[in-house]
Amino acid sequence: MTDAFTFRIDGVDVLARPGQTIMEAADAAGIYIPRLCDHEGLRHQGGCRVCTVRAGGRSVAACTQPAEPGLDVENDTPARNRIRRDLVEMLFHEGNHLCPICEKSGNCELQAMAYRLEMTQPTRFPWLEPCRALDASHPDIALDTNRCISCGRCIRASQDIDGKGVFGYVGRGIHRRVAVNGPDLAHTGAAVTDAAMAVCPVGCIIRKGEGFSTPIGERAFDHGLIGHEIEEKRK
Amino acid sequence: MTRPRVATVSLAGCFGCHMAFLDMDERLVTLMARVEFDRSPLTDLKTFTRRCDIGIIEGGCCNEENVHTLIEFRRNCDVLIALGQCAIMGGLPAMRNAIMHADDPLRECLEEAYLTGPYLRNLTRHVPNDPALPLILDKVYPCSDIVDIDIQIPGCAPSGDIIFDTLTALLDGTFHGFDRARLRFD
Ligand code: SF4
Ligand code: SF4
Ligand code: SF4
Ligand code: FES
Repeated sequence: MTDAFTFRIDGVDVLARPGQTIMEAADAAGIYIPRLCDHEGLRHQGGCRVCTVRAGGRSVAACTQPAEPGLDVENDTPARNRIRRDLVEMLFHEGNHLCPICEKSGNCELQAMAYRLEMTQPTRFPWLEPCRALDASHPDIALDTNRCISCGRCIRASQDIDGKGVFGYVGRGIHRRVAVNGPDLAHTGAAVTDAAMAVCPVGCIIRKGEGFSTPIGERAFDHGLIGHEIEEKRK
Repeated sequence: MTRPRVATVSLAGCFGCHMAFLDMDERLVTLMARVEFDRSPLTDLKTFTRRCDIGIIEGGCCNEENVHTLIEFRRNCDVLIALGQCAIMGGLPAMRNAIMHADDPLRECLEEAYLTGPYLRNLTRHVPNDPALPLILDKVYPCSDIVDIDIQIPGCAPSGDIIFDTLTALLDGTFHGFDRARLRFD
């Protein structure tokens, strides 16, 4: 059962091992599938749906769906990317994403995903404009949950890597939010060295004292689209 | 043959997007030779002299006058461009939108600005209400909330490159969207 097999992504043959997800096999083959909640080293969550591909006549999350022999996967097509762009756009509308004043700008995966998916058209989605208080109680870390995209990376990192459980979900549906396990962050076991503090894709978990330390032009996504390091493996 | 006419305006913006025109450097001369400016802070014309081919809007709408101006631009321009994050999504002025969810928020904001703030010297003890002052809106609106926008050029401010390439492609009739590697929201 450990025999490798092939399946196809956008007509390209991809090698996979049994148990690998579509995304893991794609990564290894140098094919990038957009993602926000998935992060190397964390267990898969399948929450954001930005990685949605068409496979076997169904829409599935590539980060959780196992690859299967002979499967035909549609990934980088205008139809898939349009749906992904709508999802990303809704995340922008759900929070307060004023990139020009955000310390994460240039290093932010949500913003970089918007670039990759060409989010430039006028939109008719309503702006929810949340008004959640900033939690600046911790000496080294600040939380601006108005930028949180509920990806759950911090929750998984805190539980599985740090063994702490500093973060968790509260509420349901559109009211589901990420909260800290205490009255505020200062009253949790959070430390700035925690893995959880390094995995936030957006400018929600902020390290104090850093500000805009990396100049424009030298930030993570100033040169190259998000995912280019994976795509370069194929060239 | 008459040259295409361009009109520009700064609504609730910082004028940075107009300053970004200068980042086109010497290409600005190339562009100027191809177009004629109508209503614009660059010409100091306050009204349209005739219909324009391209209208460029900096800033969103934070007051009544912004809305009227924007509607006038839509009426008088064939292609309407929202230039920069303020025009596209409200930008920095829209930071006030989140606090506006409090009770009677605009009053609270004006009272702090003009009556109760700690660093004030306001002898009239009034919130300014001269009829010449445009009425402030409940929140800052992106341009596309008010009128149809044809093209949005992102950035705060947009780079000289993206402005030049977009306008040149428009004049050549070859605009088919942006090079995604050039997109920036800051
Ligand atoms: S978190 Fe990302 S998308 Fe949101 S404001 Fe900051 S840089 Fe922009
Ligand atoms: S705080 Fe950051 S890592 Fe945690 S759920 Fe929100 S966006 Fe994701
Ligand atoms: S987008 Fe930026 S540069 Fe342009 S008007 Fe707004 S704040 Fe100024
Ligand atoms: S990356 Fe697959 S659902 Fe988020």
